[in-house]
Amino acid sequence: MMMELIFAIEVLIAGLLSGVMYSLVALGFVLIFKASGVFNFAQGAMVLFAALTFVRILEMGVNFWLAIAISLAVMVVMAVVIERVMLRPLVGQPVIILFMATIGLNYFLEGLAQGIWDAEVHGLEVGIPDVPWEAVMESTGILISLFDIWSAVICGVLVFLLAFFFQKGRIGRALRAVADDNQAAMSVGIPLQLIWAIVWAVAGMVALVAGTLWGQRLGVQFSISLVALKALPVLILGGFNSMAGAIIGGLIIGASEKLAEVYLGPIIGGGLESWAAYFIAMLFLIFRPHGLFGEEIIERV
Amino acid sequence: MIYRETGQFKTTYKGDMAIFPIRQDRWGLVVVLVFAVVGVPLVASDHVVAGYLTPFLIWAMAAIGLNILTGYTGQLSLGHGAFMMVGAYSAYNIAVRVPELPILLVFIVSGLIAAVFGILVGSPSLRIKGFYLAVATLAAQFFVEWVFGTFSWFTGGKMSMVLDTPPMTVFGYRIESALDNYYLVLGFVLVMTLLAKNLVRSEIGRAWMAIRDMDIAAEVIGIRPLHTKLSAFAVSSFYAGVAGALYGFCYVKSVDFTAFDLFVSLRVLFMIIIGGLGSILGSYLGAAFIVILPILINTWGSQFSETVPANLISNVEHMIFGGLIIFFLIVEPHGLARLWQITKEKLRLWPFPY
Repeated sequence: MMMELIFAIEVLIAGLLSGVMYSLVALGFVLIFKASGVFNFAQGAMVLFAALTFVRILEMGVNFWLAIAISLAVMVVMAVVIERVMLRPLVGQPVIILFMATIGLNYFLEGLAQGIWDAEVHGLEVGIPDVPWEAVMESTGILISLFDIWSAVICGVLVFLLAFFFQKGRIGRALRAVADDNQAAMSVGIPLQLIWAIVWAVAGMVALVAGTLWGQRLGVQFSISLVALKALPVLILGGFNSMAGAIIGGLIIGASEKLAEVYLGPIIGGGLESWAAYFIAMLFLIFRPHGLFGEEIIERV
Repeated sequence: MIYRETGQFKTTYKGDMAIFPIRQDRWGLVVVLVFAVVGVPLVASDHVVAGYLTPFLIWAMAAIGLNILTGYTGQLSLGHGAFMMVGAYSAYNIAVRVPELPILLVFIVSGLIAAVFGILVGSPSLRIKGFYLAVATLAAQFFVEWVFGTFSWFTGGKMSMVLDTPPMTVFGYRIESALDNYYLVLGFVLVMTLLAKNLVRSEIGRAWMAIRDMDIAAEVIGIRPLHTKLSAFAVSSFYAGVAGALYGFCYVKSVDFTAFDLFVSLRVLFMIIIGGLGSILGSYLGAAFIVILPILINTWGSQFSETVPANLISNVEHMIFGGLIIFFLIVEPHGLARLWQITKEKLRLWPFPY
């Protein structure tokens, strides 16, 4: 009984922590959706692009911090280019057109990332060991990976920074104004294009963090761009325009997905993880059609 | 000057309701049809028929299906590949388990099975809207992939992933050559296009469009949202199911769940966006564009196959594909169908300035 309980707690904690990793990817989606109403399908490709850039620069023998700085700069340049070339001409188009454009961008970035760098699997070592946390293991017997704890901490710091960034200062106020109403923001003189470029750049930076952590876990390769598909249920569960939703959604999805995999998997056959998250999210959606924290759209005739 | 309706008077209600009210359009259609039936075997080689024309027609049918759901009813779906997959697997299982059933009926029944599945997937659409619904339809995509990949009942207990389709006979005639397959597909596509065209300009089509434009307002004027949305899902997945079955039986000659992954859903979505949302003609144009574009890029890329490594070429092809899609959306967000409309307007006056 005791062993089973410990095992269940282990599964739960592992699930919660892996959920944090999904939240990281979902955060990038939320940022862009909040500010511009664009459902950015290319977030996965951005994660891949950022991680590949980072790992290849690192492999050239560049100092760790310098490599981060260079990759961040690359992501900022990418954001500015996307805003200039893709978003600006599409201002005012229906959301589905913008959505399709980001799918096109997804193809483009995937090709670009693997064309400039390469399609090999790159190991990435950021100096966080993927070993059990000894102190906890000795006192309670529960296995928790130290790497998971670190990524949770990094994610927490990131969310705190983003919340701070959104809440304080001129840019933060402008960001919230744009998120609230594009047209009204523009009419009081907020440079919409600049704000969009900033938001895409921030989303690119979040993608870099997500890509680095996922890259350490899975190796930097094409399949990390598919992590974005795991972030989508997190997104609809939390609501498209809520950062808190992305985090809590990630925790719920991560935990229930792991529990389903361990306890339900043997009964109905393995491989549940490809769709279990979507089903959980849909259960929540039936009761809250805009996600847990998503803004409710009031429709008027 | 040549293309204008001057002098063509409508004297009956029937004439007023014709699909092609202008004589030039009717002649154009006849020319296209004659070419598709008689011209193709004369000009096109087997390779072109089997490799380009047959898939083009199948994708056009799938695109019409999605256009009914997304273009006419406004329900964004990322699960079209799943509906095609259900159709393909149903057709395979029925054809293998009940070999005495005529193959044409097999396709229709598998379309109906896909339609039932579509209703199931569409049922949350009453509460969930927009991108939330789009992501919810993704659930269907992954769930169906998992079901066909996990349970061996659907594959007839065979362990291999790729299932070869059984031979087909229509009214005692064995479908073998590329041309036979082409005619079978063409027959289906023509009938179903006519059906779709008539559906969207009938009562139910107008109800779909009312729901698309604003579902609450539509409800207020007495359109039943449940009935309308689910019928759109059913019809759309019927088209997808038949297209999936034809894809398996007439094009690749095998059924394989990896052939209908998420990227197939995105591909069909590209077709209707590039072709034109809410346009049957647009579905054809978009399908042609998306089928031909990768082939063109590929032929262009193979010129460099000696000097440049293969995976770099494939990556550049990816980039060009993505880039062209973005370019196209920027230049003409309303799709090829709108371009055709503009051309027609211009042709009415040509060669005079006004």
